[in-house]
Amino acid sequence: MSLVGATASELLSLMEKGETTAVEVMQAHLDQIDSTDSKVEAYLHIDTESALKKAADVDARRKAGEPVGPLGGLPVAVKDVLCTRGVPTTCSSKMLENFVPPYDATVIKKMNAADGIMIGKVNMDEFAMGSSTENSAFKKTRNPWNLEHSPGGSSGGSAAAVAAMTAPLSLGSDTGGSIRQPAHFCGVVGMKPTYGRVSRYGLVAFASSLDQVGPFANDVHGAALMLEAIAGHDNLDSTSVPKEVPSYTVSLDEPLKGLKIGIVKEHYVEGLNEEVEAAAREAYKVYESLGAEIVEISLPNSKYCVAAYYIIAPAEASSNLARYDGVHYGHRSESFGNSMIDMYSHSRGEGFGTEVKRRIMLGTYTLSAGYIDAYYVKALKVRRLIRNDFDEAFKQVDVIASPTSPNTAFKIGGLINDPLAMYLEDIYTISANLAGLPGISVPAGMSKAGLPIGLQLIAAPFEEEKLLRAARMLEKETGWTAKRPTLS
Amino acid sequence: MSLTQADVTKVATLSRLALSEEESAQMLQHLGQILGYFEILQEVDTENVEPMAHAIELHNVFREDEILESLPREEALANAPKTDGKYFLVPQILSND
Repeated sequence: MSLVGATASELLSLMEKGETTAVEVMQAHLDQIDSTDSKVEAYLHIDTESALKKAADVDARRKAGEPVGPLGGLPVAVKDVLCTRGVPTTCSSKMLENFVPPYDATVIKKMNAADGIMIGKVNMDEFAMGSSTENSAFKKTRNPWNLEHSPGGSSGGSAAAVAAMTAPLSLGSDTGGSIRQPAHFCGVVGMKPTYGRVSRYGLVAFASSLDQVGPFANDVHGAALMLEAIAGHDNLDSTSVPKEVPSYTVSLDEPLKGLKIGIVKEHYVEGLNEEVEAAAREAYKVYESLGAEIVEISLPNSKYCVAAYYIIAPAEASSNLARYDGVHYGHRSESFGNSMIDMYSHSRGEGFGTEVKRRIMLGTYTLSAGYIDAYYVKALKVRRLIRNDFDEAFKQVDVIASPTSPNTAFKIGGLINDPLAMYLEDIYTISANLAGLPGISVPAGMSKAGLPIGLQLIAAPFEEEKLLRAARMLEKETGWTAKRPTLS
Repeated sequence: MSLTQADVTKVATLSRLALSEEESAQMLQHLGQILGYFEILQEVDTENVEPMAHAIELHNVFREDEILESLPREEALANAPKTDGKYFLVPQILSND
């Protein structure tokens, strides 16, 4: 069997049986990068030597019968928003073009401890702001299913890397859908854990009350395996929750008995693409055939989530990104007047791209005197109503199913000059971030034009196990996760 | 609340962002459109609703005040755009007289 395109569990089993080695697996994926990434352009930084050295170390331990971690030498692509000691971490921004972190993010430490091997750092929308990966200062990543289309964003590089078979697993971050929407666009599994499930230490901050790190994989098991490796409390992130991490992989294959799935009546309105809706409705039927009960529910405030989010996230971003001052790290302008303030303004004006500037401006405006109550505080109140809606819904159902995003992958350049239309693409994903809930996008179909369609499932806080098991039921029945693009 | 070019200039100053004239004009158009969309929130009755700043109820987290290893100076300075090896260098902020 081909090593590239294989799932994490298939690769682990081959390595454990001695039929292949971590070095062979790594080399096969590096070769796949060589042959495909000039088209897909997912990677920003590849450290071949270090990846192969770590793989050889795993092989030596496996051969000697010494302990090997649960990721057993698997290649992992890492979104360039996660700090990696000694390896450039740019956030796809000119601001951090030359930034080399002096420490590892906690998820990177955990990945290393589990013997996951970083194969490379991958592209994203600048500072994770965007839904297409077009806001990268360095390159435009393409959708492996159709190179004229966007891979989604902001974790477009992480999704495209898995879809292009250059890694079975990757890490991304999700502030308003940045893992789930690209997973849907690229036909892979992508999961945003509950807020506080995974440490944010070393994740370059965008909106601190919404950001979460999560896995991508080419099957549900891979996502479960990766999440298990990175989840857990961290003393370095006081918002991480001290709650035991279940073994997600162990229970994965047990179908959920008496599963109640909520479908939200407010979701099926104008703007939802027919094929995306049809794929979602087909998935509901599959669940029914497996014994699940489909219950129509209402999330009455869901139509306000995009507005609330695009007030709250930029407000937090305007504060978080104040740290880029051209003093401690990051870009410093060479041409400014002689005041300190000019130095700040020019460094930031040159270092940030359009969307980042727009969000800093938006956040500064909605937080400024005279407007804070009308915008920011109002949005925080609506956020509570949105959370209350979910709390009510989860009294009736186990998970909520919906399309992940209203459309399949749009063309590169299609929405870039219409920021509001781009924001509205996040309509189904955003509420999980506002409410802090876990969500997963799992492949559930394919459009006539050959673009993948995902189904989103959302659950109550810390119900990742339930989400993964529900996603696994669909995968087992439909086989959509086994599809691979031809990349021609 | 219609946004003006003067508002954009003021917010850019508060944001410490030097914008070109073209950027400034585009910002006015896009921000105006986005702020207009936010008006939808005025429909929502939020009387007696507590603002929710965080998805989980946060509590103070305490730890022992122990001395741990910190980042060595050269590593802390390694990414600085300008340094003399001991300090971060910035433009002069006080006049000589």
